[in-house]
Amino acid sequence: MNPRTLLLNAYVYAVLAFILVPILIILPMAFSETQYLAFPPQGFTLRWFADFFADRRWMDAMWFSVKIATLTAITTAIIGTMATYALVRGAGSLGTVFQALLIGPIVVPHIALAVALYLFFQTTGLSGTVTGYVLAHCVIAMPFTVFTVAAALSSVDPALEDAAMSCGASRFTAFRLITLPIILPNVIAGALFAFIISFDEPVVAFFLAGIRDKTLPRMMFDDIEQNLTPIIPAIAVLLTVLSIAVLIGAALLRRMSERNAAAPKET
Amino acid sequence: MTLSGFFEADGRQLSRAGIVLLMAPFFVLIAFAFLYPLVNLLSISVLEPAPTLANYERVFDNPVYARVLFRTLRIALLVSLLSLLLSFPVALLMANSTGPKAVFLTACVLLPFWSSVLVRTAAWAVLLQRNGLVNQTLQAVGLTSEPVTLLYTQGAVVVAMTHVLMPFMVLPIYGALRNIPSDYARAAAISGAGPVRTFWEVTLPLAMPGVIGGVILVFLSALGYFITPALLGSPQEMMIATLISQQMRENLDWPFAAALVGVLTLFVTIITIAFSKVFRFDRMMGGRT
Repeated sequence: MNPRTLLLNAYVYAVLAFILVPILIILPMAFSETQYLAFPPQGFTLRWFADFFADRRWMDAMWFSVKIATLTAITTAIIGTMATYALVRGAGSLGTVFQALLIGPIVVPHIALAVALYLFFQTTGLSGTVTGYVLAHCVIAMPFTVFTVAAALSSVDPALEDAAMSCGASRFTAFRLITLPIILPNVIAGALFAFIISFDEPVVAFFLAGIRDKTLPRMMFDDIEQNLTPIIPAIAVLLTVLSIAVLIGAALLRRMSERNAAAPKET
Repeated sequence: MTLSGFFEADGRQLSRAGIVLLMAPFFVLIAFAFLYPLVNLLSISVLEPAPTLANYERVFDNPVYARVLFRTLRIALLVSLLSLLLSFPVALLMANSTGPKAVFLTACVLLPFWSSVLVRTAAWAVLLQRNGLVNQTLQAVGLTSEPVTLLYTQGAVVVAMTHVLMPFMVLPIYGALRNIPSDYARAAAISGAGPVRTFWEVTLPLAMPGVIGGVILVFLSALGYFITPALLGSPQEMMIATLISQQMRENLDWPFAAALVGVLTLFVTIITIAFSKVFRFDRMMGGRT
């Protein structure tokens, strides 16, 4: 290995250490017996996990988040797939508007969206409600779902639907029986992304939280700000496991979808 | 700002009514939960207490607020530059690696991407606290004899934000680097260019769209960043998002908070429009081109 490559490698591994160390350091603290957060962890206990699952407030927050994330995932997948299908099958000028509006929530900072919704929901009574959160999270997650669905949809041979329709199927039947099964893995992957984005969303949650109903990220924010207990690393472990499971699931689904889309074209 | 190529019309076209019907739920959602609330907020900034620009004048006239604005720009720029310096070599090695090494590098870069922002911010709070690992290390190597204040400083915010936003820099640069055909480097070598010259005259110019895309993405995210500065920053060295939150929730000065959002949104929009020709969002999102 020449010196230049060696130097590049050394630099890159130093950067990777910077990326990984904070994450790798917080996870083992979930098992430490000490009351405060310190490294290295001492002893081994599952007490913090038990504390998390035994605490009403944390459990309420978790289920509240699960409810919101599930509804967000389903709503985003349905609305996003409908619009993306229209786009791929020739939306014309309406498609241009769609794309601009899709980019909007990515460009506009979350703080601006959160504050705008805070004000709007105060006057409409949606503040702190499931509906309010789901609406906000759908806006944030929508681009990610649409990109995932569009990737599959744009590779489906439209001749398949044309064939079904020339055999007498309606557009909807052709979609339901031909296209949907092919793109379904990506639709589910898109829904999973929306779930994770919603489940992990801290900014909107900070502004929309009611007095009673708080999401998990909002509870975590308060805990980090006030006392930073070992429950945070315990949640970190749980969230990391969840994220990795979703990531692997989404990757598998995407691969399935690619195989689905490729197979008919080869014959 | 187009996603052309990604969404090309194909096959038997849908009827106009069909398209409108399919897209209607999306437009209703965006109108109700995005466009209207934003327009409503921004209109407050110019209409209350009476039709006025006074709220905006306050942002720029009051030195306290002008400093917040300037500080936010400086931190966002610093975070972008740091991210670029840290990310480019990683992306370069990723693009030049194959097999298990490539998988390992990609996994390292993606793992933080998939862990919560709050968790990563908490991790930095633990690392930087008075008896945290960083202070312990500094004392062990003799750089300092007693704990240094690291938490609740601008440095903490910059380091943690760089950590959180870095993956957004690595991926576009990696994408651009991987799209460069390997023939180019070989052609440069055959023409007599050494590796350094090949890098500066072939690789770097071709990677520029990825670099610019990454810098813009990180810079824009950093401008409006709320969570990390709110938890790790000092109240005396506030960034604009924290100021917005404070004016909105504590001072209940909604018109002024709205004006601050207006300024932030204006910045972001101008930068996005200025660079929308250089970088394409679909590529950033990992879409195919």
